[in-house]
Amino acid sequence: MMGMVTHAPIPPFERFYLAHRDEVLGYLRRLLGQRAEDAWQETFLRALRAYDRLQHGRHLRAWVFTIATNVAMDELRAKPVNGLHEGDEPAVELRQDAFRELEHLTHDLPPTERAAVVLRYGYDLPYAQIADALGSSEDAARAAASSGVRRLRREHAGHA
Amino acid sequence: MQVTPELDARFRTAALGESLVDVRYDLVDSPVGPLFVAATDRGLCRISYSPEHGEELVVRDFGVRLLRSPLDDVRRELDEYFEGRRRDFDLALDLRVAAFHADVLRELAAVPYGLTTTYGALARQVGRPSAARAVGTVMNRNPIPIVLPCHRVVGANGALTGYAGGLDIKRHLLRLEGAALV
Repeated sequence: MMGMVTHAPIPPFERFYLAHRDEVLGYLRRLLGQRAEDAWQETFLRALRAYDRLQHGRHLRAWVFTIATNVAMDELRAKPVNGLHEGDEPAVELRQDAFRELEHLTHDLPPTERAAVVLRYGYDLPYAQIADALGSSEDAARAAASSGVRRLRREHAGHA
Repeated sequence: MQVTPELDARFRTAALGESLVDVRYDLVDSPVGPLFVAATDRGLCRISYSPEHGEELVVRDFGVRLLRSPLDDVRRELDEYFEGRRRDFDLALDLRVAAFHADVLRELAAVPYGLTTTYGALARQVGRPSAARAVGTVMNRNPIPIVLPCHRVVGANGALTGYAGGLDIKRHLLRLEGAALV
């Protein structure tokens, strides 16, 4: 016996869908605004296409956020938002209440930073899972969120 | 952020249109309580008196890509049956059971509306005269009650004996059909 392997059964798709459809739509609204509905449908169709190949039922929330992020990135890259890449600066973090004040400015962030910031502060995902969603390393995910936060603060100061 | 009913319906339609769904299900109100009904592309595959267990049952037998979706034909034929306007069902069935079960259920399907038969009689009809008890097991596991009328099977002495949905429901169905009860 292997032992210690927790068996996480895959829930029926309907249950998975009901558990996540609203927050995924919210997430895509934050990333895409009015373009969110088509991306939302595409996200769950992609999830359904892959669903019978899942090996276990762990991390399904992070999994669907990953799919949603991929769909949103495709959409955002098709209509890019310009932004300069930041150099190596120390990581900055943001409190959730501070994020709520700045959130309306996330639309001006480059796609990867926008997804990283929203997943981190809007949905409280750990960087390991954000890295999966972005298809990057954990360090790169942290750097993207950090860079996004700095950009938000600058924007905020500019508006103040 | 709540998904609107329109957006939800659009997704379900798209998912079915792409044939991405193993099995779809719906809940149908009836005089004997809510019924869980499920179908594959091939036909009706499950009716259950326990909606809370229905999902697990069909996922185990037909696949994990389960989606709720209206099953209009099933709903309509069940409504007509419970209103006394339908004696036979015209629904295609997707029956995935062992050979003995399939043989017994085929004989069961031929038991006419309003009549009863016995476990022993069904056993004889499938060429296993001593298998009345096994026939009872087949009835007990009948995946599509009502449509496959296991409520029409009674004990040798005419006693109702048992029913997955409970004896009250068995009695209700037989009364609805005008069967003579002991």
